[in-house]
Formats: sequence, C-alpha cells, structure tokens
Amino acid sequence: MATNTNRPISPHLQVYKLPVTGVISITHRMTGVLLSAGLIFFVYIISSLVGGASSYAAMQALMSLWLIKLIYWGFIYALFFHLCHGVRHLIWDTGKSFDRDTLSRYAIIELSASLVLTLITLLFV
Amino acid sequence: MAEFTLPKNSVLTEGKTFKAPEGAKNIRRFEVYRWDPDSGENPRIDNYELDMDHCGPMVLDAILKIKNEIDSTLTFRRSCREGVCGSCSMNINGKNTLACTKAIDSYPGAIKIFPLPHMQVVKDLVPDMTHFYAQYASIKPWIETQTPAPADSERLQSKEDRAKLDGLYECVMCACCSTSCPSYWWNSERYLGPAVLLQAYRWLADSRDENTGERLDELEDPFKLYRCHTIMNCTDTCPKGLNPALAIAETKKLMVQRKLG
Repeated sequence: MATNTNRPISPHLQVYKLPVTGVISITHRMTGVLLSAGLIFFVYIISSLVGGASSYAAMQALMSLWLIKLIYWGFIYALFFHLCHGVRHLIWDTGKSFDRDTLSRYAIIELSASLVLTLITLLFV
Repeated sequence: MAEFTLPKNSVLTEGKTFKAPEGAKNIRRFEVYRWDPDSGENPRIDNYELDMDHCGPMVLDAILKIKNEIDSTLTFRRSCREGVCGSCSMNINGKNTLACTKAIDSYPGAIKIFPLPHMQVVKDLVPDMTHFYAQYASIKPWIETQTPAPADSERLQSKEDRAKLDGLYECVMCACCSTSCPSYWWNSERYLGPAVLLQAYRWLADSRDENTGERLDELEDPFKLYRCHTIMNCTDTCPKGLNPALAIAETKKLMVQRKLG
C-alpha cells in the first residue's frame, strides 16, 4: 500500500501544557544563555576600571540608570536560579528526589530560594 | 534540529461544528484534531457537542459516542478500555494520557483532543509509531544469557530481585512519555526517548539477564541516552504512574559506576 508522503506533524509546543518542572527546565537553559551574554557587561565594567577615572565615572552613570539596574538585578536573580537548579541537577544525578508528588514543590523551593539569595545580596550592596 | 513552529502542511484550520441534539441539558464540547489523508487539506479542529446524560464517564466513551452516533469517519486506536493495552494514548487538554482511564469530569469545560505530540499523523488521532517500535526493538527487549539454562528448573529469581522490576514491568508502551518530551520532539531520530530507555533499564535491572555490559555499551552515546536533560515531562505525564526519568537516572549511574570499577 502506498503511504501518504504529505503527513502532517501533530501539534507539540502549540498544545502541550508544560508542567512546572518543564517550565523550570527551559528557564534554566534560557538563563544560561542570558548569563553568558551578560558577561559582556562584566567585561565592560572591568575594562572601565582599567580606563581610568573618567571611564569609571561613565560606567557608574550608566549602571545607575534604573533600567540598567533592573536588568542587573534580573541578572543576579537569574544567576541564583541557575545555581539552584544546577544543585537540583546534582541531586538528581545521584538518583534521588524523583518522587512524582514532590516535583513541583521542589520547583517552587528553587524559585523562592533564588529570590531569598537575591534579597540577601541586596542587603550587602 | 529543533523546529518550534509547525510546517505549512500541519497548520490547523477551523473545522465543522456538530450541535447537540435538541433538548439535551447536560452538554459538553469536544474539540478534536482531524486530518484526512485523502483530502489534500490541512488538519482541522472539529467541534462535537455531546449530551453527557447519555455518555459514559471516560474520554474514550465520548470519542466512541462520536464515532458511533455522530461522525463515523473519526479515526483512533483503542482496544482494552482499561489502561493495559496502551492503544488510546493521546493528548487531552494539553497532557498525554490514555483516553480510557481519564474521566471526563476530571476536566472543566471543553475538552481538546489531539494526537500524541510531534508525531507524523496517519489519520485523525492515529500517529505513525513505526520509528518508536523500531527504537524499542533496538534495545533488545528480551532476556539475553551467557550461561546455559539450569537443567531441572527455570532461571529463578529471589523475591528481592523480582521487586527491582516493580515500576518498570507495568509499562504498556503507550508512548505518552516519549511524545511529551521536548528532547524527543527535537531529536527523536537519534534519542531513544523515555519509554524505550525505561524498557532498556528494565533489562539492565533484571537479575537473570547476563548482557548488562553490552547493553550499556549500546546506550553509551551522546544522543541515545544523554539527550535526557531531566525535564521531567515523562514522569509528570505517565498514565500508569511510572517514573521513566528515574529509570534513566539509574542507567546514567550504572554508566558511572562501571567507569569507576
């Protein structure tokens, strides 16, 4: 029997409702990419130190814009979230903590822990 | 490679609506994915309004009612109607499950029914499982031995060793987990996917199997096993309550353990 070669692909991302763990997983990857891109900022800050007093002042002026500050703190939250989910992966790698009922609870713990860590950082600045 | 949008021939269109019969009081709307290979048209969503006062409790009952009473062209797989054959796996309201064991009342409002995600569609709710079954065959899902069988008995197993197969042998190969996995969506040609990997571990965990080394050799591959990124959709969606992610983690542990000697 001839097979139809024009078979459609069934909908996937369009219809699938990702569970919290799935959302966390893709967020982990996206924060990884964004954090790498954010390193350019880091290089900029360090190179402004080397550039002397005027370039340092320019960098400080830029960094105190509220929008930049918001991105900056977003960066720190993303860093802590990436760290927390990384720890989660280490626990998973030992073959533990796969219990179905606890999966979303741990996801919430990760998100709150990274928020708490960000707030603690805020206290020290 | 990952393609996040649907190809042109797979984009959905609006289909027909079949109204509930006059006088029906308890109406539920079912939005069902349809694709007719002979029409040359794109897939569409047909809407069926059912009188729930004359319908069984499970989603499969509703689908059967549609086929028997409203639209006999609706095509789907089903057999046992009690969750042991794994035929009626489909995507219901955004999650993969068996239509026969899922109660209609566990959902609020309209019920959206799609084939298993990111699969080639043969017709309506029937996906092409050829590749999935070929992957299953590739892990040699049977016992392999080196030693001769005992002369006067079967190959016996202690109760403890038998217990190691609990949570693995119950798998009915419905493919709900594999087709819920984004890694499998993007890499199914090389990544084995949660269902087949759970089956692979079922034989690694079997005390009577004597080919563990070769089985691990076969799995030690950047794609076959290690495309699992612990997204956990598989465990979340399994209609039998099994844990494919755990089976994969145990397999990865075996890989490390044998490296460490």
